[in-house]
Amino acid sequence: MTEPIIQLRGVTKAFGPVSVLKGVDLTVRPGKVTALVGDNGAGKSTLIKGLAGVQPYDDGEVLIDGVHHDLHSPREAGALGIEVVYQDLALCDNLDIVQNMFLGREELSAGTFDEGRMERDASDTLRSLSVRTVKSVRQKVSSLSGGQRQTVAIARAVLKKARVVILDEPTAALGVAQTEQVLNLVRRLSDQGVAVVLISHNLADVFAVADDIAVLYLGQMVAQVETADTTRDDVVGYITGTKVPAGVDLLGTSNISIGEGA
Amino acid sequence: MSGQTTQTAARTAASPDPVAGDLIGSGVEGGLGDQITAWVQRVRGGDMGALPAIAGLIFLAILFGILSPYFLTPINFANLMNQAASLVVLGMALVFVLLLGEIDLSAGVTGGVSMAAFVVLNVKAGIPWPLALIAGFGVGLATGALIGFLVARVGIPSFVVTLGLFLGYQGLALLIIGAGGLYPINAPELIALQNGRLPVWGGWVMLAVMLAISAATSFWDRARRTRAGVPNRAISLVWIKLGVIAVLGGAAVAILNLNRSQSVIPIEGVPTIVPVVLAILWVGTFALDRTRFGRYVYAIGGNAEAARRSGIKVRWVKWWCFVICSGLAVVAGLFAQARIGSVDGAAGRDIVLSGVAAAVVGGVSLFGGRGRLVHAAIGALVIASITNGLGLLRLEAGINLLVTGGVLILAATVDALSRLRSGNVRS
Repeated sequence: MTEPIIQLRGVTKAFGPVSVLKGVDLTVRPGKVTALVGDNGAGKSTLIKGLAGVQPYDDGEVLIDGVHHDLHSPREAGALGIEVVYQDLALCDNLDIVQNMFLGREELSAGTFDEGRMERDASDTLRSLSVRTVKSVRQKVSSLSGGQRQTVAIARAVLKKARVVILDEPTAALGVAQTEQVLNLVRRLSDQGVAVVLISHNLADVFAVADDIAVLYLGQMVAQVETADTTRDDVVGYITGTKVPAGVDLLGTSNISIGEGA
Repeated sequence: MSGQTTQTAARTAASPDPVAGDLIGSGVEGGLGDQITAWVQRVRGGDMGALPAIAGLIFLAILFGILSPYFLTPINFANLMNQAASLVVLGMALVFVLLLGEIDLSAGVTGGVSMAAFVVLNVKAGIPWPLALIAGFGVGLATGALIGFLVARVGIPSFVVTLGLFLGYQGLALLIIGAGGLYPINAPELIALQNGRLPVWGGWVMLAVMLAISAATSFWDRARRTRAGVPNRAISLVWIKLGVIAVLGGAAVAILNLNRSQSVIPIEGVPTIVPVVLAILWVGTFALDRTRFGRYVYAIGGNAEAARRSGIKVRWVKWWCFVICSGLAVVAGLFAQARIGSVDGAAGRDIVLSGVAAAVVGGVSLFGGRGRLVHAAIGALVIASITNGLGLLRLEAGINLLVTGGVLILAATVDALSRLRSGNVRS
């Protein structure tokens, strides 16, 4: 088995009296798709925001390539090769695909934009992901479909030489064909050796692409199992709390701890 | 053996080598005809740019040309250039904030107060005019810095901040100048900006420089794209662009070089203000199209949150846009006052909505993220033509305001409709 690229050990996060992450462990390996599932309020977003450096964890250890790191800003996470593709995509409708992919890190020569180089790199990146649905890299993003936008957002992360790509609900708003496109893209991304973390509510998608599945239940990681070793029923049970894997103690079902801290 | 070959071939087909093989299209493919078809499609998709304004300009030229024997004369053409210069610059100033989806209603009075400070320091306090002018610009830039701080840092809507300044600065201008007061601009060099003319050969040199810059940038861009290994548009497009500049520019220079005097002393040559305004237009367009700052202005106007997540310092870019807007507003104020040679307490009061109208008529979106400086310049020519033409017809001033207001609302309607059409609406 390959060495993990990210290891979380006992990370915690609380907002005032509400403890959202209660000591979570997670392992993410290169070339693997790790699905992160859990019901609303289980702490998925908080876990991801910590990895993205947007909202640092309170406690616990983050190991990247086995080395301890504190992630305090998106820039630090980006420097370590961690990129997040958010649900609301964060693309500029009025700019074209190339401009969006290079936004914030444009290629310059002689102090002005080297549009040719950017266009070629964007085109190469899209083709390396076998994207065939985009007609022109100079199309405005406003003219793209939901699936194409998701593709551009993912390609943007790949262009940054991301080693870990975290996808937040990438298929939530997509139709059947477009979901298929994006899942294929996820597969190709991991084939290229990228570690993919896929957050999804859609278990069909999860079982279609994930190598292993991590289940959060009320701020606790109740299971991280290989997809091949589990069943849909088990995962649904873990998500809803009706099933608990052997050896796991649930810390209680309330997020609110009274009389602690302040 | 053959099976292995087939397998390799199949793999190559499935995942093409990123370096070889066909590029994904970039919209530059095909000859002239394909480019024209693509352009027509963009226009029909709602991306009309300055087309309505150009059509409006032609319509106005025909209309006023029929109604007034003076409208299409060389002397009126030169007058129009002088009258429009201030509005062109003010319109371009506003583009920087309109692109962000913000507005600056105080741009006109910022120019007015800066000019008031300039003339009072120069005439009343006896400070040499270059220093007084620098102080005037200082007032304008400080105003922009203040607006930028209140909008980008404190988070007050720009409409409210600049509406407040619009009222406050009218008062400030009155206090600086004194009620009913009027100070002359005692600087022949500044007066010459608006009332001077290039020698006849100077106009042709100006045109040659424009053609040279346009050709140089076009071929430089093409060379860079070739080096990167991406295709270029058909080269005939470059020649057409240069041809259009040469023919239209040549016609304008030729007309302005005619003797337009109605007395024995000849008046001929391109007004000095024309190359000055063109230089501002070129520098600003360069900044917006080819530098990170410009790209970030468009990005923020398109989706500020996306810009922030891309590591763009959104507040900083916004702040700079308000500073640039106010700085250019002072230039516009200078051009307006230099034309009449004096500054009074009402300077810059009436012009700001015309500036917004100029930008919007030209095709700059009020919703942010769409528009170019040249659009504002063309829009300003439309507004200035309306003012000039109605003036020649000796209609009442009220009609001018009514028409300008109507054109503004019409342009904003076109803006909103084309936005709907291009599907560029976020809930």
